[in-house]
Amino acid sequence: MTGSVSGALRPVAPFGRRLAEVTANRASGGYRVFSALDTGGPSPAAGQFYMLAAEERWEERGQRPFLPRAFSVAGAERQGGGIRLDFLVEGVGPGTERLCALRPGERLWLNGPLGRPFSRPRDLSPQAAGAVLVGGGIGIAPLAILRRELSGRGFPTRVLLGFRDREHSGGVGDLFTCEEVRLASEDGHAGHKGYVTDLLGVLLEGDDPGSGAVYACGPPGMLEAVRVMCGERGVACELAMESPMACGFGACFGCAVPLASGGYMRLCVEGPVVRGAEIETALVAGAGHR
Amino acid sequence: MSPDLRVSFCGIELEHPVVNASGCFDAIAARRAFGDSLVDRFPFAAFVSKTITPEPRAGNAPPRLFEAPAGMINSIGLPNKGLAGFLERDLPQLGFLPVPLIVSVMATSREDFAAVVDAVSRRPEVAGLELNVSCPNVHSGLIVGEQPAETAALLEALRPLTEKPLIVKLTPNVADPVAVAAAAEAGGADAVSLINTLKATAIDPATLRPWLGAGRGGLSGPAIRAVALEQVRSVAAAVHIPVVGMGGITSGADALAFIAAGATLVAVGTESFRDPAAGIRIRDELGTAFGLAGAAGPGELRGAAAAAPANR
Repeated sequence: MTGSVSGALRPVAPFGRRLAEVTANRASGGYRVFSALDTGGPSPAAGQFYMLAAEERWEERGQRPFLPRAFSVAGAERQGGGIRLDFLVEGVGPGTERLCALRPGERLWLNGPLGRPFSRPRDLSPQAAGAVLVGGGIGIAPLAILRRELSGRGFPTRVLLGFRDREHSGGVGDLFTCEEVRLASEDGHAGHKGYVTDLLGVLLEGDDPGSGAVYACGPPGMLEAVRVMCGERGVACELAMESPMACGFGACFGCAVPLASGGYMRLCVEGPVVRGAEIETALVAGAGHR
Repeated sequence: MSPDLRVSFCGIELEHPVVNASGCFDAIAARRAFGDSLVDRFPFAAFVSKTITPEPRAGNAPPRLFEAPAGMINSIGLPNKGLAGFLERDLPQLGFLPVPLIVSVMATSREDFAAVVDAVSRRPEVAGLELNVSCPNVHSGLIVGEQPAETAALLEALRPLTEKPLIVKLTPNVADPVAVAAAAEAGGADAVSLINTLKATAIDPATLRPWLGAGRGGLSGPAIRAVALEQVRSVAAAVHIPVVGMGGITSGADALAFIAAGATLVAVGTESFRDPAAGIRIRDELGTAFGLAGAAGPGELRGAAAAAPANR
């Protein structure tokens, strides 16, 4: 058992998948945020994930989507005899398109919470005085729940988020309060024109390496840049990663991520949150939801 | 009266006929993910381990998975801790298993195969061994499970080493699986299990190159069920040893079809990825199906499909 940011032991899922009712599904910039009421599992810790599949119109007529899809939880609140779980999704393939189309009242198969959550900042770096959250695109999801957990513990947190364009940054206010966020956009419509890692580079320049802990989630290229920057500066970092995953609980061995020490880890049970120094690269082949 | 699902398999008494396909459920990882709730509701009547090889293996380069219509293609590459790692680290951790343990083993020479079978079969925790023969013999260069003569020779080398059940996992990627099954039986196998995955490839639409890190992989899931049923039926009709049937089983109705085709046990693979407790659901549905068919248990319907097609 590892300590999570909330201070709790790593929450453990009940065995098997269960049905949860979808309670909301709304547009959030270029993405959708949908919520489901889980009445059968524990509260997740920031960084944990669920395997999701729609109850109906999933593997219909023997086609895709066939496997459940792994999603980090973006929010979790006690509500009406259960826990409201929020997920951020973008329709980029048959599974994610089906999830985007979920209507309130429909039901969702879910299995979780699964995996290793984010560590407490002082477990990452004993002298950590503040946390830096670095998110790219849909990868902002687990940072939203992490930010709330850190704020709840009174831990100073800076948030750097990057997006492709205006459409994709449009929902950031749904998950973060805008005044605390520094934005980067590739098209320059908001904040710094360029990558979120540019902002991180500037921020790390002025910081004592031991004083901060960096938490990142985003596309593989962004994560690898964060990993390398933090490694060069001796800053502790954790990355919430993604890899093609059939099961989410260590059965399929599909979600292999290369280890710095050689061989591979199974991201579902050893991650999805990993320390930057643990892995050989964050450029995982085949990552990305479909 | 509710059906009695208990079944005797090669001298191992099982509570019901549903087990896992090797490589499709890791009991140690699942216990970490689900805690004691896994032990309380263990989904299989016996647990079949991932394949153990003489030396540790890291597995194939990613990507290792591709979702296919009604199934998936995998190229995992048999990652495991090796024989010593399994015996020293994994086997003690499997003490929580509430069901018999069957260990899947593989090696690329008869000598190495014999060493693994000998060491694993001596352990009292091990009820039986499954021989993964979908591997080359480094001396002949041939895939053992594709060659009846290689299969028979391997069994003749291994049979004297243990009295515990030896189950040969057959590959479907042959013209005549019955000939290989018959060779395994002639060599002294106690049972055969089939089917392994079907060779398959995925092409990355963006690059038009193979998607999987290893280039090719194996197809599993409901997409292969009809092929599996035919191979199980053919093999079960030809051999006199029990058959473990698998390939795309997702429900009790699917499991019943494999039993009717001649299977003594059925194995669940890919469906456990979608539904970790699928084994329990399939067992329950199977019990209901036996009741509806007026059967007291699996034995009454086994091989029903060996008969001529029903008149309609």
